[in-house]
Amino acid sequence: MNLRIKKNANSIMGIVLTAIVVIPAIIGIFWTPYDPETINGSLKLAGASWAHPFGCDNFGRDILSRIMLGSSTTFLIGMGTVIGGAVVGTLVGALTGFYGGVIDEVLMRFNDVMLSFPSLLLALTFVAIFGPGKYRVMWALAIAFVPSFARIIRAEFKRVKNMDYVKAARLSGASDFRIMYVHILPNTVKVLINAVLIGFNNAVLAEAGLSFLGIGVQPPDASLGRMLSDSQTYLFTKPSYAIIPGMAIIVMVLGVSMIGKEVE
Amino acid sequence: MSDVCNNQTRILEVKDLFVSFTEEKSSLFDKKKKIDVLNGISFDMYEGEIVGLVGESGCGKSTLAKSILGLNKITKGDIIHYSQYPQMIFQDPYNSLNPSKTIEFILEESLKNLTKLNVEERRQKAKKRLEQVGLDDHYLIHKPGELSGGQRQRVCIANALMLDPKLLIADEPVSALDVTIQAQIIKLLAGLQKELGLSILFISHDLRVVYELCDRVMIMKDGKIIEDGTVDEVYRNPQTDYTKQLLLSAGIM
Repeated sequence: MNLRIKKNANSIMGIVLTAIVVIPAIIGIFWTPYDPETINGSLKLAGASWAHPFGCDNFGRDILSRIMLGSSTTFLIGMGTVIGGAVVGTLVGALTGFYGGVIDEVLMRFNDVMLSFPSLLLALTFVAIFGPGKYRVMWALAIAFVPSFARIIRAEFKRVKNMDYVKAARLSGASDFRIMYVHILPNTVKVLINAVLIGFNNAVLAEAGLSFLGIGVQPPDASLGRMLSDSQTYLFTKPSYAIIPGMAIIVMVLGVSMIGKEVE
Repeated sequence: MSDVCNNQTRILEVKDLFVSFTEEKSSLFDKKKKIDVLNGISFDMYEGEIVGLVGESGCGKSTLAKSILGLNKITKGDIIHYSQYPQMIFQDPYNSLNPSKTIEFILEESLKNLTKLNVEERRQKAKKRLEQVGLDDHYLIHKPGELSGGQRQRVCIANALMLDPKLLIADEPVSALDVTIQAQIIKLLAGLQKELGLSILFISHDLRVVYELCDRVMIMKDGKIIEDGTVDEVYRNPQTDYTKQLLLSAGIM
């Protein structure tokens, strides 16, 4: 199965939108125009200027620099969450889908219980256990995302394991591990990729939500959700402070989901 | 014919085989339903013979095939193999080749798992088998999605032969193919059987194909073998009404 992205207006648009946020975010990891944490009283809530194209926030920090750093934090949390969730979820889904029986029943009933809570609520619970902070939020979200990945991958493994080519592989003397890893997993990639892209979007939104509620990324770290949260008070005096991080979230999520629709 | 068979080496012995499945419960309070698929099947197969297994769909032919190869659990009875690595050719060639692997990978899989041949030896063998089923070795680099149904079934046959099995089970190997391709595949199987001295259990519902290809035929109904004899015996002088009906509806009698 060759994965490729269909070349059409939709996918090009998706890539462009994603790039608009992700490229500055990647640059933001290494370099920002100003130090995003330097407080400057004289620039408090300064408007747009050549020196500060997006203006400055309530502490006089350059918004462009904070957006770059904030997008990278949000992007990395999103990536970390889906990678963690997908790896553990695939492992659980593969074992339960392939073997069935008692392990399947036990793990999947537990999974159902986890799934019956909205993943944001589940993440909230884990944040309450781990405490706030950018890496802890990532862990919390990753754990909260495991059940949905496990469910999707389990269904795929159950479907593919009954294919005749898997029976043929068994007759070829392939071990259980080899059958799962070499013969089944590559045929679930299409579904997995889509789940990862959707999961990434959900993770970005969940991070924004948690940080907005003040239990996600903590100051002085910047993240898109954190900036939204900080900007609430100034919504009427300086609306662009809220609109810019909000737009960054929307553009990133929209771009990724547009790409996701065109993967085949 | 049966005398000749008795002088030959036995290759497979199935003794009093029972297989039943439990239907998955649709709700927590349902009782588990047991479905008997095979009800006491016994037969032997000998080296070099092609045995046809005929019966209507749902009578347990495929279950029998899979049970013989250990692909599903048996409830009771014995299956004794006198040869190594029996293989199977599946009905649907669109479903029996891994779509994400190249033909070379698929063919060499069994050699990787069960032999100590090196890369070059494996490739040589894969080429040889492909040639024997009438395909060029440039197909090695292709993926199954690029092949036609007939070509795929040829690859499946080549794959089944990779470990030099003595026993081959062909589960309706041509029913998913065009009529013209069917004849080619049947001819190929017959040729390979002679060339390699294979024993083939040929599962089919086409009595005409069985007549052409097989030495012996077994008629199956409701999980039992109700008639077992040489093709001539059974076709000329069927013992049961069911067999007569089958022959009549195929326009043979």
